[in-house]
Amino acid sequence: MTLEQFFDMGGYARYVWPSYGLALLVLGWNLFAALQKISQVKAQTRRHPARGSQR
Amino acid sequence: MWRFFHKLASPPYFYSLSGKFIPWLGALAALALLAGLYLGLVVAPPDYQQGQSYRIMFVHVPAAWMSLALYTFMAAVSAIHLIWNIKLADVMVRSSAALGASFTFIALATGSLWGKPMWGTWWVWDARLTSELILLFLYLGYIALVSSIEDRRVAARAGGLLLLVGVVNIPIIHYSVEWWNTLHQGPTVTRFDKPAIHLSMLTPLLVMMVAFKLFAATVILINARAEVLERERRSAWVKELEL
Repeated sequence: MTLEQFFDMGGYARYVWPSYGLALLVLGWNLFAALQKISQVKAQTRRHPARGSQR
Repeated sequence: MWRFFHKLASPPYFYSLSGKFIPWLGALAALALLAGLYLGLVVAPPDYQQGQSYRIMFVHVPAAWMSLALYTFMAAVSAIHLIWNIKLADVMVRSSAALGASFTFIALATGSLWGKPMWGTWWVWDARLTSELILLFLYLGYIALVSSIEDRRVAARAGGLLLLVGVVNIPIIHYSVEWWNTLHQGPTVTRFDKPAIHLSMLTPLLVMMVAFKLFAATVILINARAEVLERERRSAWVKELEL
């Protein structure tokens, strides 16, 4: 199989590649958002450390 | 056993344990994803009826399975929260919602991209597609509901009830291709006799399934960690963390 044939996907390139691209994009965004959320919360906690413990 | 669960549900213990697991889960997810993509896109032979287009299956089917699995997980953990009032249970449910909605969206969109060349249409209002669309609305409904209620305990209770009522949709989605006439093909893997799919195609499908599961575990744990830290910001153990 040549590289060209691989990317052509037997003529179904316009359906196969968007499927994979979309899935990677949406899942990648989920990971990115999660990582951003935790670094945000960590930064906030660093900036405003608790005054006096409640426990 | 019970003591282990009790310990696991304590925020400081969960925070440190999940911190150790996340890098490993993430690395394994990446490895499984690469293996699954290679097996699915390069190694697996073309289908004798659908040619190369069937390769959409390797994202479509695992995403659809995950959309059902995550919803069931969220409903079950919500029930645990409603019965035993374990805070971490609510954290886990909240942390899964956006990812569950994402998998549902991926299943619908890739199904559409597969339907166009094979069925000649992007969409039909049949039982399988419609019930999966309702699943997306259930996820979005849950997210909208809990984010509109300020009090976390009230939000958890309302959201949990919505999830539990919506569970009725799960068997409907699963059996829809058997109960009603549809363009969607019947189950090929989850049958009591032999799966109606060749090993060369089943293997990448299962590897992608494992990859999606590991990925989901990674993302949910990161979200849950952030949520735990945010909720516990004022407690003593957080002050002792090196952030």
